[in-house]
Amino acid sequence: MHKIIEKRQLSEQVFRMTIEAPLISHERKAGQFVILQLDTNFGERIPLTIADADAVAGTITIIFQAVGKTTINLSRFEEGQEIANVLGPLGNPTHIQKFGTVVCVGGGIGVAPMHPIAQAMKNAGNRVVIIMGARTKELVIMEEEMRAIADELILVTDDGSYGRKALVTEPLKELCASADTKPDLVVAIGPPIMMKFCAATTRPFDVTTVVSLNTIMVDGTGMCGGCRVTVGEETKFVCVDGPEFDGHKVDFENMLKRLGSYRSQEEQARHSCLMDAEADRLAESEAGGKR
Amino acid sequence: MSHQTPEQLQSAAESELHTLLAKKETEGLKNRDRLKIPQQDMPSQDPAVRRHNMQEVTFGYSETQAILEAERCLQCKNAPCIAGCPVSIDIPGFIQLITDRDYAGSINVIKEASLLPAICGRVCPQESQCQENCTLGKSLKDQFKSVSIGRLERFVADLDRAKGGRSVPKIAKSTGRKIGVIGSGPASITAAADLRKAGHDVVVFEAFHKPGGVMLYGIPEFRLPKKIVEEEIQTLKDMGVEIRTNFLVGRTRKLMDLIKQDGFDALFIGSGAGLPKFMHIPGENLVGVFTANEYLTRSNLMKAYDDAHADTPIFHPKRVAVLGGGNVAMDAARTAIRLGAEQVYVVYRRTRTEMPARVEEVDHADEEGVIFRFLQSPVRIIGDDTGHVTGMECISYELGEPDESGRRRPVAVPGSESVIDLDTVIVSIGNDSNPLLRQTTPELTVNKWGNIIADENGKTSIDRVYAGGDIVLGAATVILAMGQGRKAAAAINEMLAKETAAAASATVQS
Repeated sequence: MHKIIEKRQLSEQVFRMTIEAPLISHERKAGQFVILQLDTNFGERIPLTIADADAVAGTITIIFQAVGKTTINLSRFEEGQEIANVLGPLGNPTHIQKFGTVVCVGGGIGVAPMHPIAQAMKNAGNRVVIIMGARTKELVIMEEEMRAIADELILVTDDGSYGRKALVTEPLKELCASADTKPDLVVAIGPPIMMKFCAATTRPFDVTTVVSLNTIMVDGTGMCGGCRVTVGEETKFVCVDGPEFDGHKVDFENMLKRLGSYRSQEEQARHSCLMDAEADRLAESEAGGKR
Repeated sequence: MSHQTPEQLQSAAESELHTLLAKKETEGLKNRDRLKIPQQDMPSQDPAVRRHNMQEVTFGYSETQAILEAERCLQCKNAPCIAGCPVSIDIPGFIQLITDRDYAGSINVIKEASLLPAICGRVCPQESQCQENCTLGKSLKDQFKSVSIGRLERFVADLDRAKGGRSVPKIAKSTGRKIGVIGSGPASITAAADLRKAGHDVVVFEAFHKPGGVMLYGIPEFRLPKKIVEEEIQTLKDMGVEIRTNFLVGRTRKLMDLIKQDGFDALFIGSGAGLPKFMHIPGENLVGVFTANEYLTRSNLMKAYDDAHADTPIFHPKRVAVLGGGNVAMDAARTAIRLGAEQVYVVYRRTRTEMPARVEEVDHADEEGVIFRFLQSPVRIIGDDTGHVTGMECISYELGEPDESGRRRPVAVPGSESVIDLDTVIVSIGNDSNPLLRQTTPELTVNKWGNIIADENGKTSIDRVYAGGDIVLGAATVILAMGQGRKAAAAINEMLAKETAAAASATVQS
């Protein structure tokens, strides 16, 4: 069992939790993830990236968006409650070395897993440029933490409510286009569609672009193959071969389709889950009224 | 033959046994009398009914049937059946005790050699092990008419379970030594039990949230009820074995750290095969193509078939093709039927005779309506604009000259391509070894397929580290894994005993 030490809501749907996981906090490196499950008998196993860890306190931090049945349920857990199962750290750590200038592109909650990677890149002596994007101002997370690492930070929102009004690919393209700022490496983490367009943006400039994939998984140890993606001509498993791959070789079209494998069932589960939440809320407010 | 109800089988058995016992009483039974006793069919759920449920297909012998079947055994002196058993159970011994109606004595004979009789009685491929060598089968010139050893094993094991007879083996005085067992499938369970019996502290590391390995995530409920696996795990816990779930050796902790920092005196690796193979044909990553591992894990371990309770989704396909001819392929095909599929094909490039699956599983799949497409092999999987499977193109084969396995090699017939309409394809052509341990443990020597190289005692290239089961053998069976777990445990026990003796004599000398 893994006790929730701290819970914070970062935006309407985004939550940050620090949970007890001594062994994982000790072993984990930037780029790795965990699989968690809320109920041992009937719960679903979902992969979540490790945003941060404290080996001394024996805790890890996860940041997640409450969009599916399990993440919505998890978002209702409070401090002191326990998560039944957490397995990790899984996946290969990010390859960290001194490349020169590294541009870290984080979109939405992709900023969370980017944080330890940017930190490690910085510690390895790289000049770190961070591009962080969100749909709107309320969805911008971890700005302060990222500013503390970045040599340069470019903040964009789709609607222009905060920072520059742009998609992350615009400043990325500008950096690639100028000889002075052309990156030696780009790391992009965010929604699949964003990673796809980041890879498309850097391809003409021949800038190596690493993407971190978050596909459907069951075991996370190489056994089920549900997480497989096409990279170049080969089939790769995100759990044991990844989660990071050369973005220029990933077949994003196929990956996006595979991500939608269970869409109708997930929609249904999410809907009934939200209905339950609404019923709970109504029951609570009614009980409160009677008192 | 049409399906017979348990009542029909019982009534036939009763009259048969009545006559037989009368004869045994008056003049005794000769071998030729035993040869005439009809082999007892396994009572099972009606195929039309069981297509729609996850409950166990077979019910097990009644006492009458068990005694009749046991009377078929010729009790031959050389007992060739024992040589066919990977853990050398005294087979004539336990069968004799069934005819004496000493069922407690019978199960004890089995338990001397096997820790998991209720499981092995259900999932062992007896026809290619003990029953293959049976003298009765040879006399009747039909190996499938051998004494049904597996069914008898299950009979006494189930009686013992029903009586709550889960006995906890005696544990030797504590040695103060600590052994880690990696994985919790059949090889690991056997090794853990044998190591614990010798008085060592034993910790089992399991990556999943529940222990049991392939018996839990792979073999479906309708073939091996999970309650039985849970009971066996409980026995381990009652013996004092510690089980740590959500612990992936190599990631949660490096293998060498367990020895160098965490004080383990030895390790046994029984982590299984676990990296699914693909055909490498176009369309294999379309939506609706699954590995059998994924499909079965969703259904079995994650209980996705129980969609009223389970959070994990699963495809409820209409038209499915399962690629492969092993037990796992049968399990996947029969699971798809139970999830409501209308047409389930098994596509296999050889014929029924060459199928590696247990004959009983193939027969059961047949009865449940699985359509076999023998001598065919997929060429490509076809999808629509949305990336979903719509069909599969196959090419026909004919059997040519025998290959190195002794089976006739299938040869493609040019121009014989045809397309099956499908919405789901389940790939079940075996597993490669999981790369995780070797990636994170460079000291570990593996062969060209990635299987850990171990000597006949299970010893690997690393001092104090042993291995067994599928991670060494490639994909094999529960009983072979158990045999390897047992051997490795014996070798570890011997190694530690020698060390203790050496330390004691050193103390005496100083």
